[in-house]
Amino acid sequence: MDSAPVLEVRNLHTHFFLRRGVVKAVDGVTFSLKRGEVLGLVGESGCGKSLTALSILRLLPQEAARTVEGQVLLDGEDLLAKSAGEMREVRGQRIAMILQDPQTSLNPVFSIGNQLHEALARRPDERGRSLRERAVDVLRQVRLAAPEQRIGQYPHELSGGMKQRVVGAIAISCAPEVMIADEPTTALDVTIQLQYLNLLKELQTSLGMGILFITHDFGVVARMCDRVAVMYAGRIVETGPVREIFDNPVHPYTQALIASVPKLRDTAERLRAIEGQPPALSDLPVGCRFADRCPHAEPRCLEKYPEAVSVGENHTASCWLAA
Amino acid sequence: MQRYILQRLVQGVILLVVVTSVVFFIGRMTGNPVDMMLPEDATEEDRQDMIERLELDGSVMDQFGVFIVDAVQGDLGTSIRYRQPATDIFFSRLPNTLAMIPPAMILAIAMAIPLGILSALRRGGIIDRISATIAVLGISTPNFWLGIVLIYLFSVTWGWLPSSRMGGPLNYIMPTVTLGTFLVAGFMRLIRSSMLETLDSEFVKLARIKGVSETAIVWKHCLRNALIPVLSLWGVFMGGLVTGAIVTETVFAWPGIGRLTYEAVIFRDYPLLQAVIIMDAIFILFINLLVDILYAYVDPRIRFE
Repeated sequence: MDSAPVLEVRNLHTHFFLRRGVVKAVDGVTFSLKRGEVLGLVGESGCGKSLTALSILRLLPQEAARTVEGQVLLDGEDLLAKSAGEMREVRGQRIAMILQDPQTSLNPVFSIGNQLHEALARRPDERGRSLRERAVDVLRQVRLAAPEQRIGQYPHELSGGMKQRVVGAIAISCAPEVMIADEPTTALDVTIQLQYLNLLKELQTSLGMGILFITHDFGVVARMCDRVAVMYAGRIVETGPVREIFDNPVHPYTQALIASVPKLRDTAERLRAIEGQPPALSDLPVGCRFADRCPHAEPRCLEKYPEAVSVGENHTASCWLAA
Repeated sequence: MQRYILQRLVQGVILLVVVTSVVFFIGRMTGNPVDMMLPEDATEEDRQDMIERLELDGSVMDQFGVFIVDAVQGDLGTSIRYRQPATDIFFSRLPNTLAMIPPAMILAIAMAIPLGILSALRRGGIIDRISATIAVLGISTPNFWLGIVLIYLFSVTWGWLPSSRMGGPLNYIMPTVTLGTFLVAGFMRLIRSSMLETLDSEFVKLARIKGVSETAIVWKHCLRNALIPVLSLWGVFMGGLVTGAIVTETVFAWPGIGRLTYEAVIFRDYPLLQAVIIMDAIFILFINLLVDILYAYVDPRIRFE
């Protein structure tokens, strides 16, 4: 899987310019996604995962948010340099995205078919099928039962799991090169989470998409991803192949995250939490951002931010202990 | 759906019976029409004569019985003042009131939809601030004052527009503006706030992710959702307009239902007042039913069970 990256994010900075100051929510994020690869972007709430995804699509949530620096390269073209019109051609067609909550991500007043047509109509069909036929086909691809009936139905007539399949169908309708999945199973019942993950994996294999999989759940990472990037307070702190990260986590934050995943065997033990809070993004320390929660912190950790260093094959970490 | 409509019609009949009774008895409490119609020097004999002619003899309960029996047969009595069947008078005035609704509604909606959308899209911008000012003025300006000021300026001072009554298209301008000013404010603010809510929703985010154009996002995805609450307000306003804008019609001497209601009260014309209120109630029931049916078309989540 050593092909060229389809999506490369370099030194991305997205800040919120608020009256009370600048909030550096994404502050120098760099990673790459290869064709047909699943990259997990992992971190706790508020670390900038979702904002990174929205920065890639240039759909920042508020006017106060701006991407001030960096590059987002899709097949080598910088998306940040594109016009608004060119960017709209990228969205849905070359990069698709699945949002977290299927209950709110479909428009309640339009039928499933209508919402699929909007996505499908953007690319002419090479086999000359009608929009309706294509809609039925794409619903079949996401294994939604009775697709002919579904396209006439409205979102409120479908269960959460079914709706998320429809959102998945919308995402794959133009055969994108990259799919961003932002915690796609968090809002689903536990019983159908696994089904949905299997479906995504299957679609990824059959369509050859690269998936940027955003999650806070290392259990999901182990099941889904080829590589993983761990994000903390607006930056990537460690990247590497999933196996390598699980067996040999270098950054103390990664170690703590993996340790906090409950295991079936040690039932008697209390769940392990990471003490303390991440730093305020409007007032970031000059040194390592994890230093004040880190059990191994040294004086130099507070003085200077550790640059990423290679700690193994395709495995990098930003930690003075590894340097 | 048919079952729902039938159910609503049955409820409507019950409501009508209640409204009818209330109107009948409250009307009788306002005084005696005979006193108003007879000259001061009328004899007791004249009085008795008139009471009998107006069928006002007998106890109130007896009168009510007669009234209900007639009403069920479609006879709401004869106007004391006009000496014509009350329903005939109502229907002869109704077109005048209905004629005022389309211009006022069109004015209100033609201003409110674009201004509401633009102020939501450019929140805090110039259009938002201007339309907020229009809304505050529209809501806080009393209709009678606005009407009189318009008459003073455009009829009395400059002599551009006719001050009262129906006639050519020019007669419509001031009543339309007076009514429309009030309607615009409510519609505009409601459209703005519900647009803001939908613009911020996840389904709009997903539509953008799909690559839907901003025009389609605003006019298709947002507006359809934003209009759902507006429909309720439309129903409330329509109820008020169909039953006659009493103040506006009185100020402009507009011979519509509102003015007729005012006259019926002033002259203690019981049969006319009863007829007007009962017909108003019927109209409001139908508008509410219409709004409910329209809801089902706009919002697929609403089903009649």
